[in-house]
Amino acid sequence: MNALIEQVLGFLALLSLCGGLFFLFVGTVGLLRLPDVFNRLHATTKCDTLGAGLILLSLALQSTATIGIRLILLALFILITNPTAAHVIARAAYKTGITPVLSRRPGDD
Amino acid sequence: MDLAQILSFSYEIGAILVMLMIFLSLVRALLGPTAQDRVTAINIIGTKTLVIITLIAKVYGHQYFLDIAMVYALMSFITTIGVAKYLEKGALD
Repeated sequence: MNALIEQVLGFLALLSLCGGLFFLFVGTVGLLRLPDVFNRLHATTKCDTLGAGLILLSLALQSTATIGIRLILLALFILITNPTAAHVIARAAYKTGITPVLSRRPGDD
Repeated sequence: MDLAQILSFSYEIGAILVMLMIFLSLVRALLGPTAQDRVTAINIIGTKTLVIITLIAKVYGHQYFLDIAMVYALMSFITTIGVAKYLEKGALD
């Protein structure tokens, strides 16, 4: 029974590690390929928060309780600070006069 | 090869993959047409570095690396806020 629980936890850890790496990769591709600072923020914030959270969850599933609690606290900290930072960057971009790519008219450039 | 060995191996591979993603993000920090693009890329690089630090803490078994990761997250956040505020107002007051 104990070995079975260990196997299930290991499988979940492997799965969430693969998911986290996938989301980090998608965020990086979005950062490189999208046309605008707002689009890039849109891609990277969500993907990076989710990817880092999943990898930290995968590590927490494989640790003892004290280390696991620290990892969960770290994930919660990322979950709070990453969207805040993205919001501040987006506000700075908007107030310094960068127009979003979708609100540009065809002859503007 | 049991599951624990596969897991420790995949943590090492994951750290290497995240490092390659940091190099890809660095391209945006170099090219980025506006300063906000660069700040975005640096913020993302900070998050990925934090992931690498925790993975290294797991692979090498050093628990105090987690404290370093927490301080790193705090510093990355404060840097982003400060630079974004400077870009918005033109001053840090």
